[in-house]
Amino acid sequence: MNQAVVAEVVILVAVFHALLLSAAAMVWVERKVAAWLQQRHGPTLVGYAGLLQPFADIIKLIFKEELRPAAADKWLFYLAPAISAACSFAAFAVVPFGAETTFFGLLDEPVKLQVADVNVAVLVIFAIGSMSVYGIVLAGWASNSKYSLLGALRSSAQMISYELSYGMALASVLVMANSMSLTEIVNAQDGAWFGFIPRWFIFVNPIGALIFMTAGVAETNRAPFDFPEAEQELVAGYHTEYSSMSFALFFQAEYVNMVTVSAVTTDLFLGGWHGPLIPESFGWIWFLVKTGFLLFFYVWMRWTLPRYRYDQLMAFGWKVLLPLSVVNLLLTSAWVIYFGF
Amino acid sequence: MGSEALLFWVFGLVTVVASLLVIAQRNPVYSVLLLIASFAGLSGLYVLLDAPFTAVTQIVVYAGAILVLFLFVVMLLNAPHEDTEEDIARLKTINAATARLRSGPLLFGALLAIVFVVELLWALRRITSAGRFDPDAADAVSSVSAIGRVLFTEYQFAFEVTSVLIIVAMVGAVVLARREPAGKKS
Repeated sequence: MNQAVVAEVVILVAVFHALLLSAAAMVWVERKVAAWLQQRHGPTLVGYAGLLQPFADIIKLIFKEELRPAAADKWLFYLAPAISAACSFAAFAVVPFGAETTFFGLLDEPVKLQVADVNVAVLVIFAIGSMSVYGIVLAGWASNSKYSLLGALRSSAQMISYELSYGMALASVLVMANSMSLTEIVNAQDGAWFGFIPRWFIFVNPIGALIFMTAGVAETNRAPFDFPEAEQELVAGYHTEYSSMSFALFFQAEYVNMVTVSAVTTDLFLGGWHGPLIPESFGWIWFLVKTGFLLFFYVWMRWTLPRYRYDQLMAFGWKVLLPLSVVNLLLTSAWVIYFGF
Repeated sequence: MGSEALLFWVFGLVTVVASLLVIAQRNPVYSVLLLIASFAGLSGLYVLLDAPFTAVTQIVVYAGAILVLFLFVVMLLNAPHEDTEEDIARLKTINAATARLRSGPLLFGALLAIVFVVELLWALRRITSAGRFDPDAADAVSSVSAIGRVLFTEYQFAFEVTSVLIIVAMVGAVVLARREPAGKKS
């Protein structure tokens, strides 16, 4: 077996476990940041500063009883969380998180820090995002419960509405980078203007970045767009009837989706692994810092902004975000054609 | 058997079996899900043909957008899960009464099916005799920029006509779904 294959397998396994761990870490971060913003302590008992709290939660979830409503559709009820979890992991496969590296000369040939280098990576992420709706919709339908069904219907309506603006914002980046490969998009953002302003797309196309992040929050069902699971209205939304590990799968899928959207945003708008001070081969540190900041931003937003009303969400998506993203795409294309980039 | 051939059989089997099961289901939600499975198999076949763009578009357009709307309809119409014994007995009496009426459309349907199968066989024969798989040709057709260029130059007219068609369908749907405001006679 040659080195490249071994390296790829190692990266694959490492990414998978990092994503699993990141979900646990995000649960801890979410609770700690929430506590910090509300002047509380948050979890403190299990491990140092409550660091082991997520693992205690996981153990609890594993040993809980698995309940299924008598009138639920048996097959789809268990298929739904599996679809959610699988889609959340699959999307990260095409996200590059560092420049080519030889791992300090360990390998003869440099390898890409990425599970799969697909030349239509951006579309793959988009496709998997549209598939992940099925997990939620099926969960709501199969549970045979009105709260679940309402949550699922809200979720599908919301995701269809925001997917369009999401796609338009993506397209404006494709036009600027003239490529669909995430690696090439990141490399198009290398360097700096006047020696200190990084050539990140967020500075060239701030409206696109704003639209992309807003739609990203809606796609991941996070506050202030967390309608599918609005607890004051729908108990727990689409996962009301789930318990034990099947609930844990939904929970984990939500956090992994957050990580993926943050990582994609980093690659598309924040220059990926490019940044000052750190040499190119350690670029993944910049990548982690930027993704971490975006994740913190997510949590920050959740505990700052109140939830919208449902009709406001729909009106905002169709009447504000979509026209804005179309105009942004047209202007960006015109700029690229007449002035170049 | 190489890994590519093995994958071809796996994806091909998934596509065919799932498509057959779509029409064998009584529950429409299961049918929709199996349709997604068959589209996923088809997209796998496109990947094997070195056409990743077509494969991903297949998922985005069919499995994603259209089927989400399809699920909407299925769920909001609250289609019956399965026919009860009573329903089946009632259907049988209706069937017996209308058998003579339906024999015409049935014959027409059978004729269409036969024509379709003959056409399919003819097309398959032509493909095998037309030529071998050419990786360079596949590359030229499957790259995103090549598709875009051809779509907006050579097939510009077809492209625009299709979009007009879709807009007409959308306007029609909106007109049909719109309720007349209260107090106003239509």
